[in-house]
Amino acid sequence: MIKYLSPLLVFIVLAGFLAKGLYLNPKEIPSPLIGKKIPDFKLSGLSKESPLVFSDDLLGEPFIINVFASWCGPCLDEHPILIELADTKAIHVFGLNYKDNSSNALNWLEKHGNPYQSIGVDPKGVVAIDFGVYGVPETFLIDSDGFIRFKHVGPLNRETINEIFKILEELPK
Amino acid sequence: MKLLLSNLVVVVSLLLGMPLIGIGQESENLDQRIFLLTNELRCLVCQNQSLAESEAALAVDLKNKVVKLIEQGKTDDQIREYMVSRYGDFVLYDPPFKLKTMLLWWGPFLILLLMLIMAKSFVSNKKIITGSQSYTEEQLRNARKKLNE
Repeated sequence: MIKYLSPLLVFIVLAGFLAKGLYLNPKEIPSPLIGKKIPDFKLSGLSKESPLVFSDDLLGEPFIINVFASWCGPCLDEHPILIELADTKAIHVFGLNYKDNSSNALNWLEKHGNPYQSIGVDPKGVVAIDFGVYGVPETFLIDSDGFIRFKHVGPLNRETINEIFKILEELPK
Repeated sequence: MKLLLSNLVVVVSLLLGMPLIGIGQESENLDQRIFLLTNELRCLVCQNQSLAESEAALAVDLKNKVVKLIEQGKTDDQIREYMVSRYGDFVLYDPPFKLKTMLLWWGPFLILLLMLIMAKSFVSNKKIITGSQSYTEEQLRNARKKLNE
């Protein structure tokens, strides 16, 4: 009996692995930064009037870092959801303007709305490398002590927002 | 006098050239080091190319970062560590040996072992059928009869 069933068993195991493989996203790279402290940074603001942004100034309360650029198509896709999130005023959303032209970015925000409470400019993508950014848009959830709790690569959707809120609720107050 | 002068010119130009040769050698070594390092780091956005091969914007940024880290006097291991701490083991073309990757390293040998065991039992089963089974006189007579028919 076992003799006849074993090829079937082998097949099922193999098919199981392959089926799992089919649903893995090879573009998604697990971030080793989860649970680590955010890198220190000092960035200039987007407009001339806006002050420098220091990473330490953002700490104290959980916040979101959203990496965006006016040249990035998927950033526009997630934009309505970000605006919606900002409207709830539930969490500070910090925008990291990635390798962008500042006047383009300002125009873009004027045209589509500004979901960010503060924006730092990273024209060369130097800070983004420290954050392990490899595709815009990317979104990080940082807890009040500055530890990265969650990372999402690609445009945000309702599911990711729900996930962010779920993690947020679980964070110690 | 003229000879002395021209000799002097040769000597001076040789002396001037020497440090230049040194620098050339050093920058060649540096290039070599950058090439070797960026060759074993994977480009994140074009996943089947190394940083050295890729022209993608992020790959160029990361190459510049490698150069910068080398200039800061970081060792190759420190630079690898820098990349891994930000982008994970994924960034290395040579996956490190870990509990998680054990199956990757030992899997083929495990399968080979399994196959050897299966082959062994297959061969020894066969021996039993052909070699040690005996038949009664009557069975043999019937068989011969059938063959002659």
